[in-house]
Amino acid sequence: MQEFLTKVLPNLSVRVPEFQKSIVDTLKMLGLSGSFVFLFGILLGVVLILTKKGGILENDILFQPIDKVINVFRSIPFVILISLLLPLTRVLVHTSIGVKGAIVPLVIGTVPFFARQVEAALSEIDQGMIEAAKAMGMGTAAIIFKIYLREGVPALARATTITAINLLGLTAMAGAVGAGGLGDFAIRYGHNRYMTDITWVTTIVLILFVCLIQLVGSFVEKRSTH
Amino acid sequence: MSQPIIEFKNLNKTFRTKSHIAEAVKNVSLRIRKGEIYGIIGFSGAGKSTLVRCINMLEKPTSGSVIVDGVEVTALSEKELRKERKKIGMIFQQFHLMPSRTAFDNVALALHGLGLSGQQIREKVEKLLTYVGLEERMHAYPSQLSGGQKQRVAIARALAADPKVLLCDEATSALDPQTTRSILELLQRLNRELGITVVVITHEMQVIKRICDHVAVMENGEVVEEGEVFSIFADPKQKITRDFINTTSNLSEVYGLVEREDPLVSLSPGEVLAMLRFQKASVSEPLISSVSKQFDVVCNILYGDLDLIQGAPLGGTVVIISGKQNKVTESLRYLEEKGILVEVIKDARVSDQSIA
Repeated sequence: MQEFLTKVLPNLSVRVPEFQKSIVDTLKMLGLSGSFVFLFGILLGVVLILTKKGGILENDILFQPIDKVINVFRSIPFVILISLLLPLTRVLVHTSIGVKGAIVPLVIGTVPFFARQVEAALSEIDQGMIEAAKAMGMGTAAIIFKIYLREGVPALARATTITAINLLGLTAMAGAVGAGGLGDFAIRYGHNRYMTDITWVTTIVLILFVCLIQLVGSFVEKRSTH
Repeated sequence: MSQPIIEFKNLNKTFRTKSHIAEAVKNVSLRIRKGEIYGIIGFSGAGKSTLVRCINMLEKPTSGSVIVDGVEVTALSEKELRKERKKIGMIFQQFHLMPSRTAFDNVALALHGLGLSGQQIREKVEKLLTYVGLEERMHAYPSQLSGGQKQRVAIARALAADPKVLLCDEATSALDPQTTRSILELLQRLNRELGITVVVITHEMQVIKRICDHVAVMENGEVVEEGEVFSIFADPKQKITRDFINTTSNLSEVYGLVEREDPLVSLSPGEVLAMLRFQKASVSEPLISSVSKQFDVVCNILYGDLDLIQGAPLGGTVVIISGKQNKVTESLRYLEEKGILVEVIKDARVSDQSIA
């Protein structure tokens, strides 16, 4: 077995600890920035849905700036965003490289995307349901938690799946500019030093991750749809 | 019974968009009595939905006031309003149940924030779902229920906080006739047994006819006619009211028959084609029989349309009366004296016959 691996994966088999570390780094980046993205994205998405025209707290003064800022950030390509955010990243986490340095641009690059997805997901909820909730005497908090965030679960699961897969792709890109992880591993060895076995295996691992995320997402969506 | 539970005073609601202004409700003043079933009928866009949404302030009126059970809801703060809304149940055309929750949980949701224990909630929800006849389907999701069953769940939910008023916004418009009938029966039952005042918005005169005590007819944001259902049916003043009534009756088809010169309504000399309509709630005499005996005329009933409204017969018949000219004339006069609205549609009385 050992011999076989050495033969098929000559470069990877001598860098197993480094490979393992890069997997862990990728998961760390995904998990940490993902948690922040989920939190801020839901928050912004809910604010958008409440304050937009016809929302239960319709408020143009709040909606317009958030809406515009999201549009601006969504139009900046991610590699450029990383570079633009360097000063901010240094202030926030005192470094601009490694897993830590990647979190800031990953979060800022993905929150606007996810917030839009959340807004779209919550827009699917029938306004009549909101009206019924109001007629029952429910307040804003109850409507957010008992209607929007409860009835919206299937659509939110879909949005989260898409965003997580997107985020995984971005962690690989962040690797290219010093963040570490699988992307960095593949570029350093696979790309720069023509160790194609490393490129292949990294790709397979990333595909497996995507499949796993999709599987979990679809499961949650299915379980929450009645 | 005569004390108003809902009162609209000079209510106006205007919607403003950049391009135009729409007056959805124009200067409406109405009183809805405690314990009755009150119908509001109008075509879509007449303003009836907006008007009824001013009762629980889902729509904020532009001017005027609404008083519900002694409380001026138009003057309440958001917080007071939420409390007040618990006393006003509402059901909708599209039911608006929460799809991720079972029938049980949908009803339980309406009990949220009332400070009940889990046990109390369970008992109450079970009681409500049993009341609407869904004890077997308590743990079904809305997607597993038929339209009628969904509306029953919505009714149970609307009743959860023991409201005094139930607002029904086109509650039967998405249902088939048989299901409509059973839902209307349920509304009637909860009105009688629980003493809940029911406000029904509809565009179907059948609904008004079946369950309402009073009715308001709306057109272009205004209430154009209002009164007891029987008297509105017996003697409608506005054209729109007559149009609505005609949708529930086939009496007016006679005009088409006459126009097409249908053989059914072709008269021989000495005959009169007339429409006889009941106007009073007290008609119990066998008028057609007594007319033919008393005046020696022959009454041929072509067709009729009689209905019970608020327990009294209403409607009419289309008849051909034949006999001697003066006898036919006398019998028509007799019927009018008895309170029947007589309309001669086609006249072939022979005029050259000798009169006694």
